[in-house]
Amino acid sequence: MSLKQTLNHSAWICWKDLLEFSRSRLRLVMLVLMPLFMMMMVGFIFPSGSSISDTPIAMANQDAGVANVSLGNVFVSQLEAVNNQTHMMVIHNATGFDEIKNMIQTGQTSGGIIIAPNFTANLLAGKQGDITILTDQSNPQISAMIQSVLSGVIGQMGTQTGAFNLNQTYHISLEKTVAILKPYNVAFKGIVPGTPNYFEFVAPGIMAMVVMMSLMTGLPHAISYEKDMGTLDGMLVAPTSRWSIIFGKVMAQTTRGLIQGIIILIMAMLLFSVVVQGSIFLVFFLILLTVFSFVGLGILITSFSEREETATMVMMTLMFPMMFLSGVFFPIQQMPWYMQDLSNLLPLTYASNALRKVMVLGADVGAISSEIIILAVFGIVLLAIAVPLFKRAMNR
Amino acid sequence: MSDIAIKTMNLTKMFGDFTAVDHVSFEVKKGEIFGLLGPNGAGKSTAIRMLSTLSRPTDGSATVAGFDVFKEDNKVREHIGLVSEKMIMYDELTARENLKLFGKLYDIPSDDLAKRIDKLLTFVRMEKWADHRIETFSTGMKQRINVIRALVNQPEILFLDEPTLGLDPQSTAEIRELIRRINIENNTTMILTTHLMGEADLLCGRIGIMDHGKIAALDTPVNLKKSVAGTDSAIFEFEIPNLDARILSSIKSLSSVRSVVQEDPTRIKVSSNGNDAFDLLIDDLRKNGARIQTARNLEPSLEDVFLRITGHEVKDSASNKPEQKRRGPFAMNNKRVR
Repeated sequence: MSLKQTLNHSAWICWKDLLEFSRSRLRLVMLVLMPLFMMMMVGFIFPSGSSISDTPIAMANQDAGVANVSLGNVFVSQLEAVNNQTHMMVIHNATGFDEIKNMIQTGQTSGGIIIAPNFTANLLAGKQGDITILTDQSNPQISAMIQSVLSGVIGQMGTQTGAFNLNQTYHISLEKTVAILKPYNVAFKGIVPGTPNYFEFVAPGIMAMVVMMSLMTGLPHAISYEKDMGTLDGMLVAPTSRWSIIFGKVMAQTTRGLIQGIIILIMAMLLFSVVVQGSIFLVFFLILLTVFSFVGLGILITSFSEREETATMVMMTLMFPMMFLSGVFFPIQQMPWYMQDLSNLLPLTYASNALRKVMVLGADVGAISSEIIILAVFGIVLLAIAVPLFKRAMNR
Repeated sequence: MSDIAIKTMNLTKMFGDFTAVDHVSFEVKKGEIFGLLGPNGAGKSTAIRMLSTLSRPTDGSATVAGFDVFKEDNKVREHIGLVSEKMIMYDELTARENLKLFGKLYDIPSDDLAKRIDKLLTFVRMEKWADHRIETFSTGMKQRINVIRALVNQPEILFLDEPTLGLDPQSTAEIRELIRRINIENNTTMILTTHLMGEADLLCGRIGIMDHGKIAALDTPVNLKKSVAGTDSAIFEFEIPNLDARILSSIKSLSSVRSVVQEDPTRIKVSSNGNDAFDLLIDDLRKNGARIQTARNLEPSLEDVFLRITGHEVKDSASNKPEQKRRGPFAMNNKRVR
């Protein structure tokens, strides 16, 4: 059996599989809808930034003031002025801790601000004025955001007030006062232009995942199904190499995965304004490499499974942990160390990492060489195990 | 070249401890339709799978078209076609696309293949349906396409595993006719498995009767039947409305009569020897005043052959095992009621 013949047969088997696939309209629609749903789902349900908007916040100004002066009121009006520009909060008035606690419990607000009764007195006496921020502990993500946003805003307001006071009291120029109060100026800058959004984080991962899924579900399905139906015998009884069958099936599933990958890429760019920073060819190369690293696993499961049902079950069992452990949806760094170790064993981790580096950070081949090597090794090792087993399974 | 298309020697297949095919040896001549007859589970399909290179023999050997099924499997594959129990076709593809795919797996150049496909479609009068999807066909139409699919590489040897299973009587007749036409027009050697005695009798030049993985008997249908009946004996059935003990004992006393079986109050089956057996029987019956309503010469059927050779009737080999208890909803209800 010459190589040319083997490839020729593979091409025809691939042609058959794709033709069969294209004959079902529903399958074609799903080909587009599946990645779209996936993108929308993960893009929208996960918090997509570190800002809050129109979040209900209760404000209890308990400041008693001194004589006619209430610095508490000044603070509130300053905060309202800031809020009028940013619209990050909707401020509700409250009397104190108990009312705010009740409001958080009933879900009317997501947090609260309490200005201490001796706020003005302390400030006038040269002490710090106390402001307490209450958070909703049942929603850690929102609380963390309120905490960081409010402390940032209030800190900024404090610096401004301090600068003004210094300027008035000691006649120091405003520029100098800022340097005295905040000697360190911190600036944030990404290594590529633009602000990142969550879609940019998930899009590469979803691409890797969909390619993996179409291969892992498609390959055992394609082979076990034909075994169940008896049509595999038709190919086995022809003077065709066993390789042709595997390779043809892999080609068909790769094409399917690649088409889905491209659909995701286009949707991410058009609908979710994701910008691909790196080389688009490198992206395609990585998708193909991902396919290669999973082929062995797909064949392995196919050889073990007598029936299509078994193959599908084994697939699902393996796929779900992989989806969640590989940093497709959540950064691996957020996981406990043992889970991080586990996720380092999965090829999908490297595939989505490499894709992310190229798409979001504009990395070149050199920067992702370790991922490329690891994916290639995964593919070779799994194929080396799978192919002999598959050949044996075919000759039962 | 010899005139032997298939030769097996002690061909054996074991699945674990179970011997599906047990040291089977036979030869199939070129151009012959050879039948493997036996109940489900007798090992016919397993034998076919080994001969068509789909399954490896555990022991023994076989050559098909002059090539060893194990060592030269790809050579064998070039010369054979397979119509298996399950149809080898893709429902969502058209008839032509199916034929094209399988043709391409045999490296047939596109021009030749297109012509060949047209010819095959015309051969089974399906040319109008060439570009319709298989899923829109009736079972009979599907099987016609399935049979010509196996012919796309112009095989010298065609394996037919239960080719009429699940077909209605009309389609069954059509497919049998098709098998005969292929055999006559292309001189294709065929191995056909069936559990239908009539089908084997009708189509096959020689029949191997398989039971429990072994070939219990192998000969032409005529000879197999003769072997049961004996060379010059025949079985007659008489229907006599006024049958009585006197008539019966008189017949039994005839020297030519070997046995008499009374099937019901008015019917008897008589097995007798000699060329004049029928005349002697009639004379004796008339002498005793028997009114003969019908008289029939019963030729032994292959069923009789099978019964005689294997000692049991044609039924699934598997069903000889102790019957499993049914675990239906009723069984459970009974338990609960009790």
